[in-house]
Amino acid sequence: MEKKLDINWFKYASPKTFYPLAGKIIPWCAIGAAILIAYGLYIGLFVAPTDFQQGEGYRIIFVHVPSAWFSMFLYLIMAFYASMGLVFNAKLSYMMATAIAPTGAMFTFVALVTGSLWGKPMWGAWWVWDARLTSELILLFLYIGYFSLQAAIDDKNRADKASAVLALVGAINVPIIYFSVKWWNTLHQGSSVSLTKAPAMAAVMLEGMLVMAIGFWLYSIAIILMRVRCDILERDSKLQMFKKD
Amino acid sequence: MIEANQNTTSGSTHLLGEKSTVTNSMSAYSVLLEILKRDIRVALRRQSDVAAVFFFFIIAASLFPLGSGADPKLLSAMAPSVLWVTALLSCMLSLSRIFASDYADGTLEQMLLSNQPTVLIVLMKILAHWILSGLPLVLVAPLIGLQFNLSNEQLQVLAISLLMGTLALSLIGSIGAALTLGIRSTGVLIAILVLPLYIPVLVFGAGAVNAVSIGMSPNGALSLLGAVLALALVFSPLASAAALRIALE
Amino acid sequence: MVFIANNHVLKVDNLVGVRGDRLLFENINFELDQASVLYLQGENGAGKTTLLRMLSGLSKPYAGNISWCGENIDNLAEEYYKNVLYIGHLSGINEDLTALENLQFSIALSGKRVTKKQTADAFGNLGLFKGLNLPTRMLSQGQKRRVALARLWLQDAPLWILDEPFTALDVSATELLKEKIEAFARDGGMVIMTTHQEFTLNIPKFSQLRLDKNVIKKVA
Repeated sequence: MEKKLDINWFKYASPKTFYPLAGKIIPWCAIGAAILIAYGLYIGLFVAPTDFQQGEGYRIIFVHVPSAWFSMFLYLIMAFYASMGLVFNAKLSYMMATAIAPTGAMFTFVALVTGSLWGKPMWGAWWVWDARLTSELILLFLYIGYFSLQAAIDDKNRADKASAVLALVGAINVPIIYFSVKWWNTLHQGSSVSLTKAPAMAAVMLEGMLVMAIGFWLYSIAIILMRVRCDILERDSKLQMFKKD
Repeated sequence: MIEANQNTTSGSTHLLGEKSTVTNSMSAYSVLLEILKRDIRVALRRQSDVAAVFFFFIIAASLFPLGSGADPKLLSAMAPSVLWVTALLSCMLSLSRIFASDYADGTLEQMLLSNQPTVLIVLMKILAHWILSGLPLVLVAPLIGLQFNLSNEQLQVLAISLLMGTLALSLIGSIGAALTLGIRSTGVLIAILVLPLYIPVLVFGAGAVNAVSIGMSPNGALSLLGAVLALALVFSPLASAAALRIALE
Repeated sequence: MVFIANNHVLKVDNLVGVRGDRLLFENINFELDQASVLYLQGENGAGKTTLLRMLSGLSKPYAGNISWCGENIDNLAEEYYKNVLYIGHLSGINEDLTALENLQFSIALSGKRVTKKQTADAFGNLGLFKGLNLPTRMLSQGQKRRVALARLWLQDAPLWILDEPFTALDVSATELLKEKIEAFARDGGMVIMTTHQEFTLNIPKFSQLRLDKNVIKKVA
């Protein structure tokens, strides 16, 4: 079995050092995330003043806005790792891209749900076809496409590469889609209703959102690294590295 | 016709290590044209496949009035969307045809081993697909549009938008077809992959016709559609070629 | 028969083949130059087809290097493909087209235009005279195989990679193909092939590579 190990090391050199390193980072990020998100929620729910126009209901933006940021941001990071994987044929890059997708999709879903919950008391409708929400919806479709393609291909090697191409194609399309949805929105609705019209930002509100954003960021790092570690274990099941003897 | 000075029996000379000086070599343009002609020839021998897409469009478009009542005002209001979405779905249904049969019989791998760049070969196959699946829609959509009470100007813009749009849809759709080669039950999977990418084409295409409906100029939407088409022309063959290589590894 | 000197060399270093997470082969090293035939053997599933596809440029090896005249074939891409004639398990034939149309297209992909007469002659070399104007769907398995193989008489390529070329051929067609391969190799061509049939070709430089043992044996 010596020979097999040699070959695996050649390709998996990065995961070999990555695994323990990630293991050290995760607990710090997890704790940091818990603290910051709790603090951010505290600011959002208790410290920030009641809005003049929107009352208490606006407080959901403390979750909605950072989620939306991250849904987009994580897609771009995912596409970045996908392209690194394609250029360098590095398995670890592909694994990072695969690990990012579920978290990105989750944030997209949260952004959509919180957007909907915000819209209902404000404008009386559960769903508003404004540019931001509609783009978020399409982003969710892009994530779903990525999962579906990976799930449908049995050969891991091909699944990695094909989904990487798809992620890149999606990333190039995101600005085009966003632009076209904005254009569509102005053509049909004028600017009557818009969830992008957040209340005028008091400093404390901005502080709250930033705290939440950093908390989300730490959470993402922790959970994505955990996923990659699991993926390494799954793919490398023949590796003797983790065998207890 | 100038015959090559080689005989084709087992004692033939092989031009090993020498540049070919015989005059029967083909230019890149001719080779690519051959690919286009072949794809069309093959499809015309399987006419039912090609016609099916066409009939789907006609039948599906008729479902909408049946689902909503035949009030002429309502029909002409929803016509741009109905016709565009139905055309989009028809295009999507035929996407697997671009590469699937060549993949199954081994012609695709021979194409990848040709000395023509894969990107150009893919472009030719997409063009063939568009000529067979997209162009017929451009011709028949205005006729269906009459059933929906559209004005002449709207019909013209509809045709123009579909002319550009169906080409963009074939280009973008080929990426989905290439990514899902050889996978079981690709029909729905292609839809999931490709429909989000189709949205800009739909927005600008249907938007052009809608602009005419409310008395505005369609030129803004049509130029944006043209821009999307230009981007698709440049990037889609690249992405599809990469996806094909991955599928054939 | 004219021998044309060339200095093409196909060199393979430390090739490793993997399918899924199964190691297929490793430590594959060989060098092939003009007028030689490499006979690839191994049981079903040993990885012969995978190796041939790597050599043709369709698949990427898990590790190792394949070079043509000193340059890695990945870098050469189309420059390398020009030199290769690959016939795999799939026939490369469209069943709705006729045999003549299929062959003309095959050759066109390599950048060469051939006349109808030349294609008919090529089929004749394999003993196929009838049914050339019918959709190939109507031909028998053996006839279809001959349609696929007729390229060997028309396409100019110094390296042939053939995956079980004798499948479905009857005795006379097998003989004709054998003679063609021998003649090609004598003319300076290079051939890498797999087959389940046990026979040796009458060629000076003839070697065997058995995949489950990784032994290259030069036979006389």
